[in-house]
Amino acid sequence: MNKIWWKILGSVLVLYTAIAGLLSGVPHLAILNETIRNLYFHVPMWFAMLTLFSISVFYSVKYLLYGKESDDIRAIESVNVGIIFSILGLITGAVWAKFTWGQFWSFDVKQNFTAVAILLYFAYLVLRNAIDEQQKRAKISAIYNIFAFPMMVVLIMVLPRLSDSLHPGNGGNPGFNSYDLDSRMRAVLYPAFIGWSIIGYWIYTIRFRIRTIENKQNS
Amino acid sequence: MKKIIFALMLLLSSVQLFAQSNDVEMADALRSNGKIYVVVICIVIILVGLLIYLFSLDKRLKKIEKKSSDKN
Repeated sequence: MNKIWWKILGSVLVLYTAIAGLLSGVPHLAILNETIRNLYFHVPMWFAMLTLFSISVFYSVKYLLYGKESDDIRAIESVNVGIIFSILGLITGAVWAKFTWGQFWSFDVKQNFTAVAILLYFAYLVLRNAIDEQQKRAKISAIYNIFAFPMMVVLIMVLPRLSDSLHPGNGGNPGFNSYDLDSRMRAVLYPAFIGWSIIGYWIYTIRFRIRTIENKQNS
Repeated sequence: MKKIIFALMLLLSSVQLFAQSNDVEMADALRSNGKIYVVVICIVIILVGLLIYLFSLDKRLKKIEKKSSDKN
């Protein structure tokens, strides 16, 4: 995966979504107004985070199966980048909430549960730092990661939908895709998902390569 | 005849004046829609800059990788 074409693809997609996201037509909705364009920037952060955490789980499973050290490094580095994206998503969400819901943090179900989900992954990092022996650390943190991932998915995607939330698509709140998310918005949102996931994956590969060299020099 | 031509010239010149006073702002492309295009340009500059930076980091890392693989 050291080829350059997918990096260019990701860059082009992200640039396209920045331009089209600001200039293309959007539905005229009360309260949201033009901030509906935040959908193109706030939601892709979470999508990129999900992609990176999925990669991490994949390599955790692979580590438990084959016990290769590089798989363990891949798992931890993709979590590192995923956490950055989740924090970006949380901050952009808070700013958006300030101007549409009235408060940065309105203790909305989804806000609370995503914060808890991020804490789950902070715990993963803490757990790793707490164990000195490499193999033990890799094995325990891989198992933890495999449990943390479905919990994160449930916290972010399932539980908020069961109760009332200010987020669209939750409780009695209709989702964007029911009537607002028209084809114009889809043409920007889906490329944004792919583009930001590629950029996140790219940063993860850079981190992974740095860590591999560091490990080589230390040994 | 002269009078008519004179009157026509005056009329035309006044039309031009009128047009000028209305069109003071030129090159309006970047100022339309509440100058949103200026914001678009700024965001694109930032994104392009960061992406180019990412590419250059990638390149430097490749060099280091080559070096360290030569050593071992």
